Amino acid sequence: MTEPVDERPAERSPEAEKAAPSRRKLLGWGGAGLALGAVAAGGTATAMRSGDTAPADADAAAGAAVPFHGAHQAGIATAVQDRLHFAAFDVTTDDREALISLLKEWTKAAAAMTAGDAVGDGAVGGLAEAPPDDTGEALGLPPSRLTLTFGVGPTLFAKDGKDRFGIKDRRPDALIDLPQFPGDNLDKARSGGDLCVQACADDPQVAVHAIRNLARIGFGKVAIRWSQLGFGKTSSTTPGAQTPRNMFGFKDGTENVAGDDPKSLEAHVWVPTSEAKGDAAWLAGGSYLVARRIRMHIETWDRTSLKEQEDVFGRDKAEGAPAGRTHERDAAHLPSMLPTAHVRLAHPDSNGGIRILRRGYSFTDGTDGLGRLDAGLFFLAYQRDVRHGFVPLQRKLARHDALNEYIQHVGSAVFAVPPGVRDTADWWGRALFTSA
Amino acid sequence: MRALRSPVVAAVAVAAALTVVSGCAAKSDGKGGKGVIEVTASDSACELSADTFPAGHVRFAVQNKGAKVTEVYVYAPGDRIVTERENIGPGTRAEITAEIKPGHYEVACKPGMKGNGIRKKVTADGKGADAKRDPRLDAAVAAYRTYVQREADRTLPAAQKFADAVRAGDVEKAKETYALSRVGWERTEPVAESFGDIDPKVDVRADGLEDGQKWTGWHRLEKSLWQDKKITADDKKLAAQLMTDLKDWQKRVGTADITPTSMANGAKELLDEVATGKVTGEEERYSHTDLVDFQGNVEGAQKAYELLKPVVSKNDPELAKELDRQFKAIHTQLDDHRDKGSADGFVAYDTVGKDARKKLSDSVNALAEPLSKLAAAVAVTK
Repeated sequence: MTEPVDERPAERSPEAEKAAPSRRKLLGWGGAGLALGAVAAGGTATAMRSGDTAPADADAAAGAAVPFHGAHQAGIATAVQDRLHFAAFDVTTDDREALISLLKEWTKAAAAMTAGDAVGDGAVGGLAEAPPDDTGEALGLPPSRLTLTFGVGPTLFAKDGKDRFGIKDRRPDALIDLPQFPGDNLDKARSGGDLCVQACADDPQVAVHAIRNLARIGFGKVAIRWSQLGFGKTSSTTPGAQTPRNMFGFKDGTENVAGDDPKSLEAHVWVPTSEAKGDAAWLAGGSYLVARRIRMHIETWDRTSLKEQEDVFGRDKAEGAPAGRTHERDAAHLPSMLPTAHVRLAHPDSNGGIRILRRGYSFTDGTDGLGRLDAGLFFLAYQRDVRHGFVPLQRKLARHDALNEYIQHVGSAVFAVPPGVRDTADWWGRALFTSA
Repeated sequence: MRALRSPVVAAVAVAAALTVVSGCAAKSDGKGGKGVIEVTASDSACELSADTFPAGHVRFAVQNKGAKVTEVYVYAPGDRIVTERENIGPGTRAEITAEIKPGHYEVACKPGMKGNGIRKKVTADGKGADAKRDPRLDAAVAAYRTYVQREADRTLPAAQKFADAVRAGDVEKAKETYALSRVGWERTEPVAESFGDIDPKVDVRADGLEDGQKWTGWHRLEKSLWQDKKITADDKKLAAQLMTDLKDWQKRVGTADITPTSMANGAKELLDEVATGKVTGEEERYSHTDLVDFQGNVEGAQKAYELLKPVVSKNDPELAKELDRQFKAIHTQLDDHRDKGSADGFVAYDTVGKDARKKLSDSVNALAEPLSKLAAAVAVTK
């Protein structure tokens, strides 16, 4: 694993420990949940370390904490957690200092929550007359490998031509407004955003708690523009693990960038210093994130014959093996697939070696009022440069992919994802808002 | 209208504790005996036989030696009415009895039955009597009580116009006067709601009715006017009933147990009302006059805050700054929806689009979040 190193396992003072019951401590008090209790006893800093190549799924089972501080933000190369709550925010204040102080406060809260601790003075034990700092629904739950990943959208730099926070010149060239792709039917209310936070955790309540508390801290400075819950990971960044299936019942994204493959991460995910120059130097070590809400026409897909389903993907449904092969991870033989097959079109070999790190989740937001499932894929992809990643790939897929008959892109957003928060003095967006 | 929630200010309980038991107890004891406070009222003075007495069952024997009709009040701090007796004629006597808890009070004689009266400080001795009070907060509570009473007093004539229109069968006139008749109520709703029995009669919505409860009050008439588009004989009776219930509110509102904390929580609750009822358009689902209520709620919350501000500014200056900023911002938001041509000054809420509602909702969250910290800022005195 190339997880960020946390050299400061004891960053919370003993006094702080005493003052606010941490979620992990509460576990101990409960006495119940032996498995979880064992994690607590195992210590706080065991989660993941740089260079640790053990499959991350061992940690996944443990519900441990993923270190918050490091060279890169957690939640990208981190082994994909089970659940997602993704939120895009509009910045409602036009006061640069107010925004900066919010980002500092957010960072503090994020560090606490990812460690399994409550926000501020906690959820209980405070002043009886005041609402508690923490909303409390994660009390007694383990850290659940919560990661909070922060990004900034194009509109933060300038909106309607206005330099809102004095950072207009710092917008990286690669942070483009995504072009309109054929077949897009984007809902403005589910697209864009000045800021984003991706919360991933193995327990949905922990992920929702994190977004809820950040939104609450942000009232008056930011407002949630849209948010998306995801319940089933659709891709894995750990090749040893079983590739999860999407809502169409297929394994997809087998050729994903692996989180424990530093070479591929450097080549395809992290923005190198050489590409983060001048005003955009703040993004070195960061990444770009594309989020797409892809609605799946579940009912029509389910009426499609098995053969056609397999032809559309270019894979066998049972194993996930590429057409003409036996096992999922057998090398794909592209000519065996239809020219419009999804795997063939998306394969690196068809795209000059382009690879992106996919981290998407399935979603089902109930039904749509016409008796159809409002379900699909919430696609999340990290890459070094959108212009050489998602954009050319999606251009091709939008034109030719046989899957288009069964899907529709209904939400879209792009964000620049700053590098990791180095230490307790650092904060989300520091390099962007301060001079180098 | 509120959903099922426990009242902020437990006026009902207070009323029970302070029930005036003027009847038999007073008679059996006779006049001027031990434990009775003699109150000698004249047109220019208010003399008490004692300014300290044991807490508990206390009797005030009032004699009006003046030429004017007078009334006597016993006020708890913040001008909460503990007990009162009106219409004490020149040369007559009256007796007031009440259960009085340990603490500091004021007795007021009001010759001519108006104004603040001639006040005398008294102390009821007993355990807990010396609890330290902050005079700034007592002043805030007293001023808020005055505000609440004034809003109730102003509501009566406004509601009368509405009721008259209904009784005249004039649908258009009734529609014009509907929203404005509710402003005073909306501004002081948490206090009104503390009288558990009034709110369900005057401000209940169709979805708030309990099994077997007859739907009365403003919203029933709202439905007749906007949805059914006609005024029935029953509606006319309901209009008369509304006036009776509002008069009851006007009369009792001064007795509500208001504390600095309940003021602060009341302000927060007013914003809760906006967040759950007005921003969604549920409150005025037929008339779409939600923005009028919205503004009333905000104004009432702001009044409570402004009165507590001297203390808040000292205890939590950052909070005061943020609240000033957010109150200003929400008024700016509301200004975007004004309509000079409308009887109540606002556009109908069903013409306010999704994006604009989202903006209003964001402003409500931005204000309500710091407002939720107001109670703690006045509860802890620095």
